[in-house]
Amino acid sequence: MQSVEVDWTDANFSVLRDWEVRQVAYVPDAGHAELIRRCDDAEDMRLVPLTTEEEGIAVLAGAWLGNQRGVLLMQSSGVGNCINMLSLARICRFPLLMLVTMRGQWGEFNPWQVPMGQMTPKVLEAADSLVFPVDDPAKMGETITAAARMAFEGPAQAAVLIGQGVIGAKSFGK
Amino acid sequence: MNGTLDRDRAADYPLHRRAVVAELLAERGDMLVVAGLGAPVWDCTAAGDHPLNFPLWGAMGGAAAMGLGLAMAQPDRRVLVITGDGEMLMGLGAMTTIASQRPDNLAVVVCDNERYGETGMQLTHTAGSVDLPAMALAAGFESASAISSDNEFKAALPAIRSAKGPGFWSIKIKAESNPIGAMPPKDGVTLKDRFRAALLGPT
Repeated sequence: MQSVEVDWTDANFSVLRDWEVRQVAYVPDAGHAELIRRCDDAEDMRLVPLTTEEEGIAVLAGAWLGNQRGVLLMQSSGVGNCINMLSLARICRFPLLMLVTMRGQWGEFNPWQVPMGQMTPKVLEAADSLVFPVDDPAKMGETITAAARMAFEGPAQAAVLIGQGVIGAKSFGK
Repeated sequence: MNGTLDRDRAADYPLHRRAVVAELLAERGDMLVVAGLGAPVWDCTAAGDHPLNFPLWGAMGGAAAMGLGLAMAQPDRRVLVITGDGEMLMGLGAMTTIASQRPDNLAVVVCDNERYGETGMQLTHTAGSVDLPAMALAAGFESASAISSDNEFKAALPAIRSAKGPGFWSIKIKAESNPIGAMPPKDGVTLKDRFRAALLGPT
């Protein structure tokens, strides 16, 4: 499992590199921990920890006004916090790349994660975001490559849903 | 009943929002401006529509965070967020996110009438004990102050325009309703494209 995890973090990081992403806004999730660490080590990337995910939509809109690209990292519960702010990206057509680690979707031990996890793709689609689910670690690289191109060349909102089949279901040692 | 909120005091504040915002923008130079939804958008437009204004017609709670992203992307330009107390309260966490990044080119001004002005002048928390500048200072802003008189406002203007940030000012303004007057473009893509063209030239 560990080697697979390193592989897809590599893929995600190199796509952020290729697109010259400068602002990495996030509310952390265990699935993003390694990517956050890699971005922290990158001199030309600025980590922007948020108090709530919707801040990230506004931060990245401001970044694009100022000619920088960004990415928003969050877990699926954070998508629920973003709903109204997603209208900013939609109505102004700001490029918005979101990497969403899924909870409550597959083999989840915590039932409180299930409602928002199940709603996540529907909510994003309702907000007019492109949605790219990934459940196979081998498909991570091509999926984020496709999503980033459509986000930044669109411009469009594009969310990559990184499934629990990729990151594993959190067990808390149980 | 409205808890501990004071429904009377803001009626007597001497500063008027239109005059305050007009003066804030009178010598804007190459400043980049984000206006929070509601009256700050009308105030900024009354002072003269400008391609380097980004007026938010929605996205309540996002103005200060948007100013942060812009300030980090354009560290050599002054970024001024002009918003209202209700809008700031909805995105209060952004105050801590800004303080954690400490962009020295960002100024946040709250035109604080202690009201939700667009929806019937209902009281906000700043009509009670909530002290936004104290919160900004506690979060780690470089400077933060409350302004309640014309003398204080005039004295603060140079700092709002150029002091090392992030800076936060709560300008207590009279609770009054103004005609909306001129409106900025409503189309979000137009607002984005004209802002980027004015800032970046052809891209």
